[in-house]
Amino acid sequence: MRLRGFLRPDGRIGFRNHFLIVPTVICATRAAEEIASNFANVVHLHNQHGCNHMKDDERKVVNVLKGMALNPNVVGVLFIGLGCETVPTQKIFESVRASGKPVECLIIQEEGGTLRTVEKGVRLLQQMMEKIDINQVEADLSTVTVAIECGGSDTTSGIAANPVVGYVADKLVDAGATVVFSETTEIIGAEHLLAKRAVNDDVAKKLLELVDRCEKSALAGGEDIRGVNPTPGNIRGGLTTLEEKSLGAIYKAGTRPIKGVLEYAEPIPSGGLYFMDSPGHDVESVTGMVAGGAQVVIFTTGRGTPTGCSIAPVIKVTANASTYRRMSDNIDVDVSDVLEGRSTIQQAGERLFMKLIEILNGKLTKSEMLKHHEFGIYLTQPTL
Amino acid sequence: MRCSKVDAIAFTKNDNVATAIKNLSKGQTVIVILGEEKIHIELLEDVPFGHKFALMDIPKGEQVIKYGETIGIATENIKKGQYVHVHNVVGQRGVRRHRS
Repeated sequence: MRLRGFLRPDGRIGFRNHFLIVPTVICATRAAEEIASNFANVVHLHNQHGCNHMKDDERKVVNVLKGMALNPNVVGVLFIGLGCETVPTQKIFESVRASGKPVECLIIQEEGGTLRTVEKGVRLLQQMMEKIDINQVEADLSTVTVAIECGGSDTTSGIAANPVVGYVADKLVDAGATVVFSETTEIIGAEHLLAKRAVNDDVAKKLLELVDRCEKSALAGGEDIRGVNPTPGNIRGGLTTLEEKSLGAIYKAGTRPIKGVLEYAEPIPSGGLYFMDSPGHDVESVTGMVAGGAQVVIFTTGRGTPTGCSIAPVIKVTANASTYRRMSDNIDVDVSDVLEGRSTIQQAGERLFMKLIEILNGKLTKSEMLKHHEFGIYLTQPTL
Repeated sequence: MRCSKVDAIAFTKNDNVATAIKNLSKGQTVIVILGEEKIHIELLEDVPFGHKFALMDIPKGEQVIKYGETIGIATENIKKGQYVHVHNVVGQRGVRRHRS
């Protein structure tokens, strides 16, 4: 098994070579879109935020924008600010430049409007692209960070798709790779079991505190998370208790010890299994983990979902044969043979693992082919 | 296609319930995959796709185990082959309260 990737100045390995345009505020998103449309291999973030946030939310927005720019799948970055946004565009730009990655920055108010910014941006990006290094280096699994996500779940997710992905997660951790899973709202009811898997008391405590914080914040908004799950639809599908629902969800993260608990979009340390605070909202959750440094996402679904990410391949896995037939435009791997008794979880897991290697080495996922570039930031406070 | 006769899946040797992967009927002897092993269970009730039945007798007050972990407590004596769901199991970590 051979892995090849792009060596970045900070020593990390990318498995894609995207130029990324980061509008640091919503007002710059249109210019970013226009510049990106002129090139192949240039993507932009569909940023809807960046101004008038309260402190905690502003920290999240800054961490996401910085993290996406620093992600090793990104070869070069163009920041575009408006000039009066509250997020510190210049500071974000400087900190990414310090990593050694090629970056440029344009401020729309200084350039004199959208058209001048677009024209200058197009020229700047073309100059950056001319200097791009396309040489690949040998890499091993210890350089890979895999994010694990599930969305549009049904009965088949918990009994086959998630266990298959869990098998791959264990195999990756054992090979020295980094695996990160998230969705705080989805572990409620099984947090005591996850806490038992923490490598030490501090990690266990942090995990329980995170769940407590999430529940209290939902309660403040009038929602009792323990009181609404399992949903009537879950119960009709066969899920009996909150524990059962959460266990099915966390099965996708395998069985290895949890080395650390991270805040949303926090840089993910290297090696082992980590949990990141995020909502059950798939796009926001994937965005947080990719901003944390994940180069690839494995995403299980029962009902089927098309979402992707602009800078990381998102590999869709389903164990629902009819969903695969109906949505093969969007789904990469069908593991329904486990439910039919034609494959064991291990056999399907090995097949998914080989697909992961192919995709790391450049084969496109369905979400990449279709330019599914969803982007969303997990905010919890009012906008000012 | 010889193996496609599997009717239900259990996850660990400790599990005392299995999940049906097709609609199953009362009186039917079903094949359950338990790791590398296949076992046979006679069903005492209908069990729909995605729902669970007992692999052994589970006395009232005992833990119901799926994925090798407790998913709740039996609220009555459950016999081997009986349907296991919200009517005879209650979770310990939270109970649905509203939006019914």
